[in-house]
Amino acid sequence: MGLISNGSTLFDSGSLDASVASGSMTHIKTLTASDSSTLSFVNGASSVVLDNTYKEYVFKFYDIHPSHSGTRFQFNGSVDTGSNYNATKQTSMFVAANIEADTDTSLSYQPGDDLGNSTGFQDLAGFGNANDDNDASLAGTLQLFDIANTTFVKHFIARTNYMTTGPYPVDTFTGGYFNTTSALDAFQFKFTSNNIAAGTIKLYGVK
Amino acid sequence: MGIISDGTTIFDSGSLAAGLGSSISVIKKLTASSSGTLSFVNGSSGVVLDNTYKEYLFVINNCHPSAKSNFAFQGSTNTGSSYGVTITSSHFQNKMDEGNTGTHSLTYEAGRDLAQSTSFQRLTETQNTANDECCSGFIRLFNPSSTTFVKHFNTTFESISDNPSSSYNFCGGYFNTTSAIDAIQFKFESGNIDSGTITLYGIS
Repeated sequence: MGLISNGSTLFDSGSLDASVASGSMTHIKTLTASDSSTLSFVNGASSVVLDNTYKEYVFKFYDIHPSHSGTRFQFNGSVDTGSNYNATKQTSMFVAANIEADTDTSLSYQPGDDLGNSTGFQDLAGFGNANDDNDASLAGTLQLFDIANTTFVKHFIARTNYMTTGPYPVDTFTGGYFNTTSALDAFQFKFTSNNIAAGTIKLYGVK
Repeated sequence: MGIISDGTTIFDSGSLAAGLGSSISVIKKLTASSSGTLSFVNGSSGVVLDNTYKEYLFVINNCHPSAKSNFAFQGSTNTGSSYGVTITSSHFQNKMDEGNTGTHSLTYEAGRDLAQSTSFQRLTETQNTANDECCSGFIRLFNPSSTTFVKHFNTTFESISDNPSSSYNFCGGYFNTTSAIDAIQFKFESGNIDSGTITLYGIS
């Protein structure tokens, strides 16, 4: 069923018409962790869209809480709809941090958290491992550009804020590219060890 | 009443179905006019600052001070009765002067971070007051209604300081409380906000 008003189609076949103003950032999927080892977004599965529908995809992280300390939040991409998460990446990371006790600050490049043409998972939080205190968490944004492109590498940028042991709030800036001309069609998030005890990850598409 | 098209709900209960509308909603825009402060208080003047959204975005445009001062913000856990939530944060700046004299820097700004302080969080370097000078930027505030976790925020601001210089500022940290944050206030640390706008958005 559709609806036409004054000759203009407002919606049909279960979708708003493209001419209807509906905003340029569209929510695609929300995943909520419950002591989860991984959270994965796979194109074509569970209503997830990760293809050439959008030129940019944005992941939002809210209150990501680890089950244990001594671990870092990280992600990887897939070129085979989630069969493997090991796309090659070249990345850099820097952080700003300030300990609660006001005895230490840092503005520094994080060589232990970058990747040089590596298939490993990319840390999204540097400087120190996550704090698992009850009130500790991670929040932030990861933007991925034109992941369906089969000509160019796929760039991404991320900014996260989290509490590390100390405790410090750490403002983490990560950038890089998936060094592949294959389309990326799935992404997975996890801690380096143990589980994501709680938290929400939302995926948006940007027209 | 709702409408279902080909098995897909288009709208129901007065709202577009999830995924069909915009994910960024304008909540409130405030315009300064020699204002001592600009405040967004949940439940007041159409402001929503609760668990309706997981993320709130403040966009600050062309805030012009009456006196040389730092632009700053704080939160409240008592709907604006007081603004003095404990914050720990970091702050760094990238800077270059107009004269291109080589006065450029990338530095941690110890005078603008906070360590378990209830002071206002500085968002910029000391802002100049010439007629064409102002600051602009944005703040992301994550899940302020949580009563379990600290409330993270990050800020990005561009301002004009001393020589004059372009001063590009990055601040990140958390409100170190498990109480919900339900109001946010902005001000220059001295003088007024002569002009400028601050718009609050919710991200769903």
